[in-house]
Amino acid sequence: MNVSAQRGLLRRDKVFGFLTPAVGQQLDTTHSTLLYMENVSVSFDGFKAIDNLNFYVDKGELRCLIGANGAGKTTMMDIITGKTKPDTGSVIFGKNVDLLDLNEAEIAIAGIGRKFQKPTVFENLTVFANLELAMADFKSVWWTLHSKLNSAQVDQIEHIASTIGLLDMLNKQAGYLSHGQKQWLEIGMLLMQRPLLLLIDEPVAGMTHQEMEKTGELLQSLSGDHTIVVVEHDMEFVRSIAARVTVLNQGTVLAEGSMADIQNNDDVRRVYLGE
Amino acid sequence: MPTYPLIDRLLLIALVLLTITVPILNLGVNADHALYIETYNVTLLGKYLCFALLALSVDLVWGYLGILSLGHGAFFALGGYAMGMYLVRQIGDRGVYGNPDLPDFMVFLNWQEAPWFWTGMEHFPVALTAIVLAPGLLAFVFGWFAFRSRVNGVYLSIITQAMTFALMLAFFRNEMGFGGNNGLTDFKDIWGFSLQSNETRNALFVASGVALLLGYFICQKIVRSRAGLVAQAIRDAESRTRFIGFNVENYKLWFFTFSAILAGIAGALYVPQAGIINPSQMAPLGSIEVVVWVALGGRGSLYGPIIGALLVNYAKSWFTAAFPEYWLFALGALFVISTLYLPNGVMGLFNRKAA
Repeated sequence: MNVSAQRGLLRRDKVFGFLTPAVGQQLDTTHSTLLYMENVSVSFDGFKAIDNLNFYVDKGELRCLIGANGAGKTTMMDIITGKTKPDTGSVIFGKNVDLLDLNEAEIAIAGIGRKFQKPTVFENLTVFANLELAMADFKSVWWTLHSKLNSAQVDQIEHIASTIGLLDMLNKQAGYLSHGQKQWLEIGMLLMQRPLLLLIDEPVAGMTHQEMEKTGELLQSLSGDHTIVVVEHDMEFVRSIAARVTVLNQGTVLAEGSMADIQNNDDVRRVYLGE
Repeated sequence: MPTYPLIDRLLLIALVLLTITVPILNLGVNADHALYIETYNVTLLGKYLCFALLALSVDLVWGYLGILSLGHGAFFALGGYAMGMYLVRQIGDRGVYGNPDLPDFMVFLNWQEAPWFWTGMEHFPVALTAIVLAPGLLAFVFGWFAFRSRVNGVYLSIITQAMTFALMLAFFRNEMGFGGNNGLTDFKDIWGFSLQSNETRNALFVASGVALLLGYFICQKIVRSRAGLVAQAIRDAESRTRFIGFNVENYKLWFFTFSAILAGIAGALYVPQAGIINPSQMAPLGSIEVVVWVALGGRGSLYGPIIGALLVNYAKSWFTAAFPEYWLFALGALFVISTLYLPNGVMGLFNRKAA
């Protein structure tokens, strides 16, 4: 028996859990909190990458996640998207979807989109095809073999292309885009999935100042309709966009609050400045 | 709408013309005429077309999905064996031992009855089902385990190679009931028509041409659908495709199975023209040769592998007649040259000039 099945059997609150379908049920977001991570721990070969982490994200919020290398930011993203399964703890999406029961594809369909640190667009396909593939639609082999785009879907692709500023490049091969354009295309691909929660890993790394500004505007315009969690090293960028900042250190939350709070927080100063 | 290269249409026209004109030049032209094509060459061309279909099937999974299969010879041979069993059953009591119920090799082994899987193989519909099911099922089961355990890249290539090798060793055994190392041969007729007659040989040639054209059409439909885009996405960035919500394993499984069925059909058309099927058809080298055709022609374009298969096999026929001892060196050189200087094959050279 695999590990996740065992975990399911041991849960006292889920004795009849098999009665509720894992995916496909309406996501209950009646509470203002969209994502709950509680008492999550994971270790790799004895190294505790995430240590008893508690993390909550509200609906419509734009949250920045900062922390030194090895603080557990990427591992945390991996746990939310199903790439890594935690040893203990729970990760709940909305009020009723247990992300630990789902695999990567199911989590994506449930409404969590992730943008990786390195832009990974499909270089040999056009911008249009990139957006088409990311579209929220049936993903089965038989469906994709015969389905054609309807006009609403073409409109959606064009609408998002204009949001990310790539409308006049729809037929261009994605491999020929600039670094910044690839990052935006990837954000556009996330948006095509109509996600409730966007996880964005270092969106402005390697960008010019101009591109950075444009990215900041893009993210701010998206928050509200979408909930966004951004992992970023660039403090200036974080200061320019974020309402709330979470600082991770050694796999656990060190501080949380506005950028001003964080800068005045003693714990943060001790860890970062060694005071 | 994306545009497709002219060569794509040119190749289609060339294939249609070839399929029509070759039988005319064989059957309708006097033997002393300059344009006359000997029956031997008609059959040779027919075999090339089967190889082209095999190359097409390899390209569908390698060029578009990134699965380098070094075991497609096994699917080709399984389709061929299914056809071979039907043809052996057509011999009836004209075999060496004159036994109307058992094929010669079973009489020789002192078997009293044919194994269960020979049941009904004298009927063409049953044989046709076996031609599709045998390679299809093997590919499905193999793919089910390989893709679900996320075996990728070189490792996958190696186990496909191991698969065809293991199958070859199994088929070498007399106890398997497929004629051991002699395989199945001494075919007499198909659908009641003699395999030796010119007309039947031309009909088989046309059938190979039609099968190739149909296969080409279907593959084109597939790679131009959204599923084709997904396949290319998997080839270029597999985990990204997974995060978008596609079930990568299912795509690999169905493409691989379909490709195996195509290879099986190619094998089934090859066997009556070659007149024999034996386990050496599953030799690992055979599957590697197919990859050379695809690489040389240009993978990731459906016309590339067809041209590659025709070119290399023509070269092989010419070389083995003119300089028999140098063919393997020439094949090796072709592979080295295409890897070093033609990453996109002969067709890539063509496209670069056009662009």
